[in-house]
Amino acid sequence: MATNSIATNSKRGIWGGGVEPMKASYGKLMMWFFLVSDALTFSAFLTAYGTVRFAYPSFDYSQAYKFSTEYWPIPEKVFAAAPFITVEAPLVFVGIMTFILILSSVTMVLAVEAGHRGSRVEVEKWMLWTILGGLAFLGCQAWEWSHFISGTGPDSPYLQKGVTYLGASLTQNQYGPPAFADFFFFITGFHGTHVLSGVALNVLIFYNTVMGVYDRRGHYEMVEKVGLYWHFVDLVWVFVFTFFYLV
Amino acid sequence: MAYYEGLSPEQIEAQKSANIRWIWIVAGILAVITLIEFAIAFTDLPRMLKNIAFIILTIVKAFYIVAHFMHLKHEVKILIYAVILPMAFIVWLIVALLKEADTIFNVLFG
Repeated sequence: MATNSIATNSKRGIWGGGVEPMKASYGKLMMWFFLVSDALTFSAFLTAYGTVRFAYPSFDYSQAYKFSTEYWPIPEKVFAAAPFITVEAPLVFVGIMTFILILSSVTMVLAVEAGHRGSRVEVEKWMLWTILGGLAFLGCQAWEWSHFISGTGPDSPYLQKGVTYLGASLTQNQYGPPAFADFFFFITGFHGTHVLSGVALNVLIFYNTVMGVYDRRGHYEMVEKVGLYWHFVDLVWVFVFTFFYLV
Repeated sequence: MAYYEGLSPEQIEAQKSANIRWIWIVAGILAVITLIEFAIAFTDLPRMLKNIAFIILTIVKAFYIVAHFMHLKHEVKILIYAVILPMAFIVWLIVALLKEADTIFNVLFG
C-alpha cells in the first residue's frame, strides 16, 4: 500500500507501471481507442458524402419536386415509404428505426448497471431486450434496402439515357446521381455491419452471463466493454440520421 | 451513473434507483431531441437555418450518449481528452473537403 501511494504521487510513477494511469482496465481502454479510430472512419465516410453532395447542384425549392440526375435528391422525398401503409410518410420509418436503436442503447446501459451490482438475472433480462432491439433494427434496415433497391413505381417512371429505370443499383438509380445510391449502400451498409457484429457480441455476452462465466470471474466488465461498442453503434446512427436523412 | 464500490447494501439500493432514474431521464432527452429534429424537418424555415439546428441538436444528442451512456463524463480527465481531442481532425477534414467540394462545383457547373 505504501509503495503504491508513492508510485501514484510522483508523476513518473503514474506511467512507470503497476497502476492504471487512466483508471480503466486494459480491455476498456483498447475498446475506447478502437472506437476513436472507428469514429474517424465513419467521419471520413460522412464527410465524403458531404463533399460529393456539395459538388452537385442542389434542388431549386421554388419548383415542384421531381427525381433527376441533374441535382442531388432531397432525402425526405426518397425515404418516404413505410411498411403496411400506402400514403407518403416521409422519414417516418427511419424515425422509428432511430427510436429502436436508442431504446436498445437504453436497455444496454441498464444491463451494464445491473452488471455493476452483479445481478445476473437483471443482466440476462436487459441483454435479451438489447439483442431484440438490434435484430429489430436490422430487420427494418433490410426492408429499407429492399425498398430502395426495388424502387417505387410505376407512376413515377424515371428516364435515364432514354430507358426507364426503377430502384437503385451501384451504377444507376431512379432518385438522382449514381453516387447517391452508392453512398447509401456504403454508409448504411457499413453501419448495418457494425450493428450485426454488435448483435453477435451481445449474444455472446448473454450466453456467457447465462453460463455464469462472469459470476465465476467476479465482475461483469465484459458487459461494459461490449456496451461501449453498442452505444457507439447508436451514436453513429445519430449522425447518419442527421447527415443522410435530415440535412 | 456512479459505481457501487465500497457502498453498504442500503447505499447501493439508493444509488441503484438514482442511477436507473438518470438512465431513463437521458433516454427521454434523446427521444425528445429526435422528435424536435423530426418536427423541424417539416417546417418552412430556410434550409440553412434548419441544417444548423440539426447539427447542433445532433451534437447535443452525441454528448448525452457519450457522456452518460458511455460513461465518459465520469472517467479521468486524461482519458476524456484522449478520446475527444482526436476529433479535432474531423473538423479539419470537414473544412478542407467542403472547400474542395466548392472548387469541384465551380469547375463542373460554375
